[in-house]
This record gives sequence, C-alpha cells and structure tokens, in this order.
Amino acid sequence: MSQLKLKDLYDGFRDPETIKAFKKIIEEDAKKLEKPINIMEVCGGHTHTIMKYGIPQLLPSNINFIHGPGCPVCIMPKERIDHAYILSMQEDVILVTLGDMIKVPGSNGSLQDARSKGADVRFVYSPMDCIKIANENPNKKVIFFAIGFETTTPMTAALLDVVIKQDIKNIYFHINHVTVPEVMKELIDSRDEHVDSYNHQIDAFLGPSHVSVISGSKIYEEFPRDYNKPVVVAGFEPVDVMQSILMIIKQFIENRCELEIEYKRLVSYEGNIKAQELINKYFKKSSLFKWRGLGNIKDSGLKLRDEYLTYDAEHIYKDILPIGEIEDHKLCICGDILRGMATPPECTIFGTACKPSTPIGSCMVSSEGACAAYYKYGNLL
Amino acid sequence: MCLSIPSKVTHIDEENNIATVDTMGVERKASLDLIDQPVVVGDYVLIHIGFAMNKIDEEDALASLEVYKEIIEKMEEEERRQAILEDDACANRG
Ligand code: SF4
Ligand code: SF4
Repeated sequence: MSQLKLKDLYDGFRDPETIKAFKKIIEEDAKKLEKPINIMEVCGGHTHTIMKYGIPQLLPSNINFIHGPGCPVCIMPKERIDHAYILSMQEDVILVTLGDMIKVPGSNGSLQDARSKGADVRFVYSPMDCIKIANENPNKKVIFFAIGFETTTPMTAALLDVVIKQDIKNIYFHINHVTVPEVMKELIDSRDEHVDSYNHQIDAFLGPSHVSVISGSKIYEEFPRDYNKPVVVAGFEPVDVMQSILMIIKQFIENRCELEIEYKRLVSYEGNIKAQELINKYFKKSSLFKWRGLGNIKDSGLKLRDEYLTYDAEHIYKDILPIGEIEDHKLCICGDILRGMATPPECTIFGTACKPSTPIGSCMVSSEGACAAYYKYGNLL
Repeated sequence: MCLSIPSKVTHIDEENNIATVDTMGVERKASLDLIDQPVVVGDYVLIHIGFAMNKIDEEDALASLEVYKEIIEKMEEEERRQAILEDDACANRG
C-alpha cells in the first residue's frame, strides 16, 4: 500500500514552511558566493512559478533570474501562424490545434479571427481528438497544427502512428516542433558575441521540467562540460525551484560545474526511451527554424521524415504557403525578452497597448510568456 | 503549455491502453501509449495533452518530502535556540 497521497504531490511541493526554510538556507549559503550569479530559467513554466510565488523577493540580491525563451507559443513566428491561418481558410480544411494557439497574432490576425471569419478552426485538449474529428468529417481534410517542445512532440508522433496503423486518409500535419538544447546554445553564443551589450551573463541554467521527462537530463550534458554552465533540472513547483537554486549555489561554492537533477521523481538521465524512439521514427531535424524574436536557429526544429511527406501539410500546400520572412511589431521587444536581455516593463507598450486581452507580441499571449506573467503577478514586484 | 499535472490511476482499459485518472478530484482519460513501464491502478502518472508521460517515482517523491520535513525541523530548532539566546541576552542586560 502506498504511503504517498495525491495531495502530497501538490501540497508537499508548495508548502510555505518548506519554501521559508529553503529561503533561510539559501541566504546563508549565498553569503559564501564570490560573485553574484545569474540563473536562466529556460522554460516559461518556471517563469510562471517564479512570478506567481514571488521567488525573486525571497532571494538575496546576489541571486538573479534571467527569463528565458521557454514557451513554444511565445516563440511561434508570424510566418507559421500565417500558414495556419491560410490553411484554415481553405474550403475543405478543418484546422486543429492546441488551445494555447488561439490568440497568437499573425499578420492577418489570429486563429480566433480566422474562426470568426468562418474558418473551421478547432482547439482541442489532445492531438488524439483529431481522430474523432476526421471520422466525423470524411469529406474534409483535418490538419493538425502541431506545436511544442520535446514535451509535446511524442504526442504528435503517437497521433501519426495511429493514423498510419488505422489507415486514416484525411489527417495531415503542419509541424512546428522545436528543441531546447539548440536554443540554449544560441543564447550563450549570441551573448559571447555581444558581451558588452548584455548586463547579465548567464552563469547557470534551471533545466525545463517536462521537456526533460521525455528527453532525459542527458540532453544538457554539454552545458557543464563544454560551456562551463551548471544545469539543474528542476520541477515546476515552488519548492522544486527553491531547492534547485540551492543546488546551483552549492555547485558554485564547492567549485563544481555539473548536470544535476532535482526533479528526480519524474526525470532520469535517459528519459522516456519509448517516446524518444517514436519521435525518431517520424521526425528528423530541420536545418533551420525561425524563432520569434530570436531569428533562425540552426537544427532547432523538427520536420517529418521524407517517408511521411504525404502527411505533411506544408509540403502538400506548398503552392499557397508563403515562405518570406515577416518583421515583428516595431515596439515589441519580445526578442530581447526571450533572450533574457530585457524585462517586460521595459517595453513601452507593456500593459497599455499590449495586454493579455489584446496581445501585440506572443510573450503576452501564452500564460507562460514573460509579459503575461509580469502582467498577472506584477503587483508582487 | 507543458504544465502537466500529477494524477492517480483509478482504472485501466487494457484493450485500448487507456487509463482513467483522478486529477485533484476530476476524472479524466489518458492514453498509456507513451509509457514504457507497467502501470497499475494506484500508480501516479504525469498527464500531458491526453497522454501519460511518465510514472511518478513514489519513493523519490517520499524521500524529497522527508528531506523537507527534516529541514523544517532543523530550522525550527535553530529558531528556538535563537530565541533562547536572545532571551538570555535580554536577561543579562536586565
Ligand atoms: S511549453 Fe513547456 S517548455 Fe515551454 S514554457 Fe511551457 S512548460 Fe516550459
Ligand atoms: S508587452 Fe507586448 S509588445 Fe511588449 S514585449 Fe511584451 S509582448 Fe511584446
């Protein structure tokens, strides 16, 4: 009989007393640091927790956060949204995607706008919902606009697996999956190039929680080894974050530079092999993916393998899908925010022209976007 | 968007490899197709967009919670000692 209660898995890792205890230990240990450390949380889920629980205020002044690019919604460039928009406007198409994409503005508007103009756009909870939609609409083409990091990629692969095994004829994919290590490298390298213009050097990383459940911590191995940046894979709860910060501080005072896992209850070094195999079966690296605000990042995207081209909506509809690049809104500084060079209040239209109900940039759209998190929890600052 | 939620498996439909789970009192279904280890009723899993991503290692979760309890106790003891010291200091003055 298990001693663990479901409630413990929530409350235990959010317990205010535990957070307070870690705060004290961190205060003591941080005194031993020779210089301040800047920790980048790569993942928007962490940004959300950090803002929600006011973690910066709990930390001594020599521990700083740099918010990273971490949300697949935030980094979705207008070009890709435009693809979804155009596909959804086709007579015989039902465009299906996950709810987070609903408000992201493209150059003609968001998918919500497309829907109000009569397009059949459906926001689903799970990719598997496509199967029911396809069965109910045999004369329509169901296009799944697939988004997400390593966390969400295996679910797209699992859908394709079923589509092939059940020989479903009317489901297609528009793939926008991206991978985390490549963008981490880009953030380090681009800083090295402009080191004077950055206030904050990245000293260590909080590794994403659920990306790592799938990929394992092994994907971060090169950061301590080749870049001299410690990585601690952290859970999403506030106690997880506090403990991970302490683990990073300890590495610095003990002169270590390692890859560690705080989130051991879900993350292993190897990760979920079955999910990784499924990803490898159907996807390969695409040479470039343009990230909103960050530009083209080498090897950071995935696409379907050539054998599965007949399922690839981007291939099938290549004649109507534009390939040019589109500039972001002039005043939006999402790019700098995603690089961790600026914080949302530094944007001149933050909270005025740009807010969650009328987002201009994508960092305001997703609840994990830095601008949205600051907007929602800004009163804590 | 990957803020997946811990849930408890309450039923398994073996034929379709689908689990029924309890997420904070809400009943949901989740595919077990991505799980590479045996799952039984009573296990905890992490659910993400309709799939169980992984089993939660109970021993590990319990071990963490145990560590937290210990540090809180240590902290409280520390505080008590501090309070006594302050009290002594006060008595000395008085
Ligand atoms: S999508 Fe996942 S990796 Fe990205 S910000 Fe959200 S939780 Fe983090
Ligand atoms: S507040 Fe809006 S416009 Fe400004 S950086 Fe954030 S998303 Fe962009």
